[in-house]
Amino acid sequence: MTGVALFVAAWAAAVQLSGTRLVPGPLAVVRALGELLSHGLLLRYLVASLFRVTWGFLLAAVVAIPAGIALGLSRRGEAALNPLMQVLRPISPLAWIPLAILWFGVGDRAAIWLIFIASFFSLLVTVIRAVHDVDPVHRNAALNFGLDRRRLLRDVVLPAILPQLVIGLRLTLGVAWLVVVAAEMIAVNSGVGFLIIDARNAGNRYDLVVAGMVMIGAVGLLLDTLVRRLERLPSVAWGFSA
Amino acid sequence: MTVATARPATATTQPKVAIRGFGMTFATPDKQVEVLRGIDLDVAPGELVCVLGPSGCGKTTLLNVIAGFLAPSEGTVRIDGEPVAGPDPRRIFVFQERGVFPWLTVEGNIGFGLWRLSETERRARVAHYVRLVGLEGFERAYPQELSGGMKQRVEVARALAVDPDVLYLDEPFGALDSITRLQMRGELLRIQERERKTVLFVTHDIDESVQLADRVVVMSARPAQVRKIVEIDIPHPRDLSSRRYIELRDGIFAEIGLAHRV
Amino acid sequence: MSEPALERLAAATPSGSPRRAIAMARPLSPAARLLLPLGAVLLALLLWQLAVTLTRTQVFPLPAEVARGFAELQRKGVLWSYAGDSLRRVGLGFGAAALLGIALGVPLGRAARLDRLVNPLIQLLRPISPLAWMPLAVIWFGLSDLAPTFLIFLAAFFPIVVATTSAVRTIPPAFFRAAGNFALPRGALLRRVLLPAILPRVLTGLRVALGIAWMVVVAAEMLGVDSGLGYLILDSRNAGKRYDLVIAGMLMIGAIGLLLDLGMRRLERLPAVRWGFQS
Repeated sequence: MTGVALFVAAWAAAVQLSGTRLVPGPLAVVRALGELLSHGLLLRYLVASLFRVTWGFLLAAVVAIPAGIALGLSRRGEAALNPLMQVLRPISPLAWIPLAILWFGVGDRAAIWLIFIASFFSLLVTVIRAVHDVDPVHRNAALNFGLDRRRLLRDVVLPAILPQLVIGLRLTLGVAWLVVVAAEMIAVNSGVGFLIIDARNAGNRYDLVVAGMVMIGAVGLLLDTLVRRLERLPSVAWGFSA
Repeated sequence: MTVATARPATATTQPKVAIRGFGMTFATPDKQVEVLRGIDLDVAPGELVCVLGPSGCGKTTLLNVIAGFLAPSEGTVRIDGEPVAGPDPRRIFVFQERGVFPWLTVEGNIGFGLWRLSETERRARVAHYVRLVGLEGFERAYPQELSGGMKQRVEVARALAVDPDVLYLDEPFGALDSITRLQMRGELLRIQERERKTVLFVTHDIDESVQLADRVVVMSARPAQVRKIVEIDIPHPRDLSSRRYIELRDGIFAEIGLAHRV
Repeated sequence: MSEPALERLAAATPSGSPRRAIAMARPLSPAARLLLPLGAVLLALLLWQLAVTLTRTQVFPLPAEVARGFAELQRKGVLWSYAGDSLRRVGLGFGAAALLGIALGVPLGRAARLDRLVNPLIQLLRPISPLAWMPLAVIWFGLSDLAPTFLIFLAAFFPIVVATTSAVRTIPPAFFRAAGNFALPRGALLRRVLLPAILPRVLTGLRVALGIAWMVVVAAEMLGVDSGLGYLILDSRNAGKRYDLVIAGMLMIGAIGLLLDLGMRRLERLPAVRWGFQS
């Protein structure tokens, strides 16, 4: 925490010394946060953004995890779909905005679609790699004991990929949080991303802008910490070397 | 090493495992690699046979084929007279300690193959085998909390719990230090005395083979063929300084062509 | 051991039920490796065509129209110049991020105290979408090329720092002891031991960061620049609902992103680095 304190002090000093009228100092930002809180906007914008993240992320998980397992296990399926994936994946979710607006109109659904796209590819790649990383020894041992395909999936593949899957979920959640902010800046009318753009456009309120950034950073960090908790469960912890 | 036992009665009519004219060739992008050639071998029920050879000579491949994880390039492998069609719960392969499932406890691992039993029966069997391999008190432990030797015991217990006819052991003590290895050999013989399984044991350790096996199959380098089959006619417990033991061991040394002085 | 239980187990494991022989993983034939993806792409194009014709949409383009859109962009000279603009911004931002990121990551990896000091700050700044920095970037750099370049720098910087720090921290202590044993001076230690040792992991981090940078450039260009592939996409829609150009732009983005990734993967096969990727 001393590092953060030093940074804040340096920030305050820089603002003072440069005499800038636009870039806010730490105090101005804190006051801006207070302003947002008292107007009830802080909570409302956060909820809007979190709502979109949750939906997009969960939908992506529900589709990407089974798909990833299926593709990871099927050499043919993966060979067939891999090139398509490789071309679609680097397309920034935001590049989908025109299509998203075309299909869903401006609003929540378009934003959710963007988060879905970003989360889907991130999770898909993670799950496929995790399935490939399953030790063949474990697979052979399970076959040796007479496990059929269904049990093999349930009792070996799923437990084996769990640690990597949880890491993937954590990283994907981080990506989703980044995307929602960006999506809101361009395609929607509420949420923390919108707050930042609007604060600047509507009156150069850079204190609100930075306040928004602080909120984004804090919530993003909080989400990340929460998912890290999952990594301590015994069914997951075994995957991390001591 | 435990109480002296007579050697198992020789096979009546049918060997447990019968291998005829077995050969294995792997195709790599540039060439064909012949790993094993012209193997003929019979294993009697209840026998403990060691396959001995240097690392990389193909003995693990041999074991994998017998266990049904690989198909032979030529020749046949029959168990109880039937050709091997795939891995089978009646013949369990014991990998080195890494075969243990890290996401299950000791109990979970040992009970892994017992899903067809009722809850009470499974618990009883698991408890029995936990005791048999000497891991009481560690039932709820996860593999990463265990030593290498303990993990190996979990794997042996897991294999025994489904009451197989045949056990395949692929250098099971390879990852252990030499002191633990000696102890584990004793454990294995103790268990074998009780359970009387047919055991195929792959090793690169000459002493290990002479200490454990009823017969030692000495393999050549690649393409691996059977150089010699040595019958170890010493009853258990085997005295490691007895003349017969040293004689048999030196014979194998000579067979492999190793220097006798370092 | 109860007899009935034993018997039940023996009965439950049916004798004479040999499992299907496990054909050991025969790698796919070269023919399959070509035909399968080709088939998948053709199928996708077919579905696309069907979806558009069946829903009688007025706006969404057919595959052929997208192809024509490509040609049009090519003719106007826009395709390659916009791609070049985007790549230039990525090159600058990513290059700066690589230099500074590695420069920061090395001391952070070596000095645990420094890391404890700086790490919370990094963890706080990292979840902030680079785009959220746009207003500040505009203040500092104006509406020039530098604003999006700064965003790209931010986007790539954090992953590179993290990858470098973790790479330095996992250098086996034996390497340092050996270097000390041979009385290697500080500069040589850095050059001949530390940097070569961290190269594989740092390279992976760079590859990932490059992918992120490429994604961010597209987004950054939507926010107030007037060239580049991101701008192309937004403008094609805004200026006339030219969805054929939108999709052409998207595919171009995807293709370039893929090439960048493949190029980085090639680097991972160089002998100086290959050792870090072999089990």
